[in-house]
Amino acid sequence: MRRLALSDEILLSIQQPARYIGGEVNMTVKDPSQMDIRFAMCFPDVYEIGMSHLGIQILYHMFNRREDTYCERVYSPWTDLDKVMREEKIPLFALESQDPVKDFDFLGITLQYEMCYTNVLQILDLSQIPLHSRDRGDSFQFPIVIGGGPCAYNPEPLAEFFDLFYIGEGETVYGQLLDAYKEAKKKKKSRREFLEMAARIPGIYVPAFYDVTYREDGTIQGFKPNNPHAPAKVTKELVVDMDSVSYIEKPLVPFQKVTQDRVVLEIQRGCIRGCRFCQAGNVYRPLREHGVEYLKRHARQLLESTGHEEISLSSLSSSDYTHLPELVDFLIEECRAKKVNISLPSLRIDAFSLDVMSKVQDVKKSSLTFAPEAGSQRLRDVINKGLTEEVILQGAMEAFQGGWNRVKLYFMLGLPTEQQEDMEGIALLSEKIAEVYYDTVPKEQRHGKVQIVASSSFFVPKPFTPFQWAKMCTKEEFLDRAYLVKNKFRAMKNFKSLKYNWHEADVTVLEGVLARGDRKISAVVEAAYRNGALFDSWSEEFDNSLWMKAFDQCGIDPDFYTVRERGLDEVFPWDFIDAGVSREFLKREWLLAQKGQASPNCRQRCSGCGARDFGGGVCYEDKD
Amino acid sequence: MKIRIKFSKQGAMKFVGHLDIMRYFQKAMRRAGIPIRYSEGFSPHQIMSFAAPLGVGLTSIGEYFDIEVTDSMSSEAMNDRLNQVMADEIQVLSCKKLPDSSKNAMSIVCRADYRLEFRDKYAPEDPEGFFEKLAGFYGQEAILITKKTKKSQREMDLKPLIYRLERQGNAIFMQVSTGSVDNIKPESVMEAFYESCQWEYPKFAFQIQRQEVYGLNSQGKPIPLEEFGEDIE
Repeated sequence: MRRLALSDEILLSIQQPARYIGGEVNMTVKDPSQMDIRFAMCFPDVYEIGMSHLGIQILYHMFNRREDTYCERVYSPWTDLDKVMREEKIPLFALESQDPVKDFDFLGITLQYEMCYTNVLQILDLSQIPLHSRDRGDSFQFPIVIGGGPCAYNPEPLAEFFDLFYIGEGETVYGQLLDAYKEAKKKKKSRREFLEMAARIPGIYVPAFYDVTYREDGTIQGFKPNNPHAPAKVTKELVVDMDSVSYIEKPLVPFQKVTQDRVVLEIQRGCIRGCRFCQAGNVYRPLREHGVEYLKRHARQLLESTGHEEISLSSLSSSDYTHLPELVDFLIEECRAKKVNISLPSLRIDAFSLDVMSKVQDVKKSSLTFAPEAGSQRLRDVINKGLTEEVILQGAMEAFQGGWNRVKLYFMLGLPTEQQEDMEGIALLSEKIAEVYYDTVPKEQRHGKVQIVASSSFFVPKPFTPFQWAKMCTKEEFLDRAYLVKNKFRAMKNFKSLKYNWHEADVTVLEGVLARGDRKISAVVEAAYRNGALFDSWSEEFDNSLWMKAFDQCGIDPDFYTVRERGLDEVFPWDFIDAGVSREFLKREWLLAQKGQASPNCRQRCSGCGARDFGGGVCYEDKD
Repeated sequence: MKIRIKFSKQGAMKFVGHLDIMRYFQKAMRRAGIPIRYSEGFSPHQIMSFAAPLGVGLTSIGEYFDIEVTDSMSSEAMNDRLNQVMADEIQVLSCKKLPDSSKNAMSIVCRADYRLEFRDKYAPEDPEGFFEKLAGFYGQEAILITKKTKKSQREMDLKPLIYRLERQGNAIFMQVSTGSVDNIKPESVMEAFYESCQWEYPKFAFQIQRQEVYGLNSQGKPIPLEEFGEDIE
């Protein structure tokens, strides 16, 4: 029988004990005593969220293919267990072996969103690992703590807590890093010597090997290596040939219903669209597709090895996948026989996608999703969202004729240059879509009213986007804009068919601070955690006052990071990273945005972003 | 063709709840390639029904559910295929073919066997005294308890619903009424016992295992659910 880290008494006293027991179908079992390297892979949120993440599963299987390595999983204990573990001083454990994380060689933490930062500290704290990298000594007594994922593109707010960061896609140099670790241990090197070896590996950033100096106004003056092994620039890692990496063969199948309870088939990475607010669309450049035969083979294998009843395609913009019709035809055929559902997110609404969706979904139960992001054409040009009102209305009309009557619309508020007309445009566009329904669907064919739900999130400028220079709205400005839109909705003729919601403003402001924060923010994250902040991405757990107190305690003004417009030549905390898109390209795009000029997508014309240097993907399509 | 499957749930799997076990077996059917029958309609679901939900924290060596299949397969082959795709501490024990006319397991469940073992640190200091008191408790004419529901509370007699209650080494064995009418949890029996002794009921004292589930056959006799079916050659 498997030994569990927690007693029956504890497990029977907390919510959803199955979060903490491991033992799922397709879990890797190895003998820890026969391993050179024990790697704890952590998603710093609750099990159901963490288990839904594809990247972790890819790395889990990649590490476990190595005979010398055992990779296990760690998630954030929910608040009920967190309390028990602190009271009883139970060290945080990995799900597979149930052994304490502090005894592992590595603790890798994926950073998928800024609001998980206090959970990162919870993981270290419950693991009984010193929070600060500098307090972990010069031996291998404590695991090497690595950060990765999209937020590692600005690692500075967490610089104090990590020994190193892996910048970019995990499939490429992790092998080198683990080999270096084995060699360091064999040759009895110190922790610092290992970190020096790591710093020489492309894509690896060791924060302790860099010094930051600041000007009087608080901006960065200099950012320089203080160790001869550390490079001045760290270039992101990237898989050039997508079909060359081995995909997951047997994904873990959780017992509990998790957020992503289905097979996820990644069809491509990157995006050709160049939306100016989107970090993923910039840092994952260039677009690289999987071959269609590769995807067919894996779709079949993944369904067989998991038994899931649904398969979903994953990418930033599935409609741009070259072989989408062929892939979808294959899936429809394959899934009909197996009674498996197909889910197709991030599809542009057009004749093709409507035809596909009518084949794979119950039209009456599903809704259409458009993401215009901005309410007017002018502002859509500013953000380079190449979706026109004409296309939206045409798509809606075809959909309504096909039997749909529910529409979801996604917008952002607080975008650069936004004016009252742009905000009101959110209500006007929603109204126009409702009118299309009542104009095109005869009364006797209607299934009740049309339902249009428009939601807006508040815009947060992100590093490595053309909007990295932009000023963000204050909380009050955000809410004023939301009320303005709300009032405009009330004035619409079809307001009974329309619904409008908006996100929380407090948490958006904090996200803004953390997204473009510098090393000084480490202290705020730690103070907020000490004040009790945890699970900040859960609205019922989030407490803004804990953070406001933390800013006070640290003498840091959050406005410096949010509402200040940055000068074109300001040194950013993330400038030492080469994410593929050059600063010159981002600056050009920022200036075009202010003039309201859109840019072509990668397949129309190259904008010279710099990602071509990686030597693959869409930059070389039809050119070899 | 109707099939009745018996399985065990051991170790850490006791923390996996009933709904999750249902989802688990739906996926397991697909992994094992069992030719299970689906309902008609736009979103077909598997024809599968469980006999009696098992509470979180209990292990079992006698869990049941029924499925329908479109193709015949030998009991042995089905057993093997399923066990190849099981999680470590869940095991399929038997797959039996039911007569076409048989009712589903849930509707015929009438009683179940349980074995209660003391968890470490909870064993009584004086086992003889403990079991003597337990025998005295069971020997009463009536065992009255107050059953609380959300709306009301009513008094009921447990005695006719406890078919057996006896010592088994240092463990307790009991057979109690189970099913949609009088569903008696072994914990309720123990709670009543502790109350009768004016002892505080220790919530975590027992590791409880369900040993078997019985259904009423056409003669009105309770027999283990798997005995309603027969092996497929």
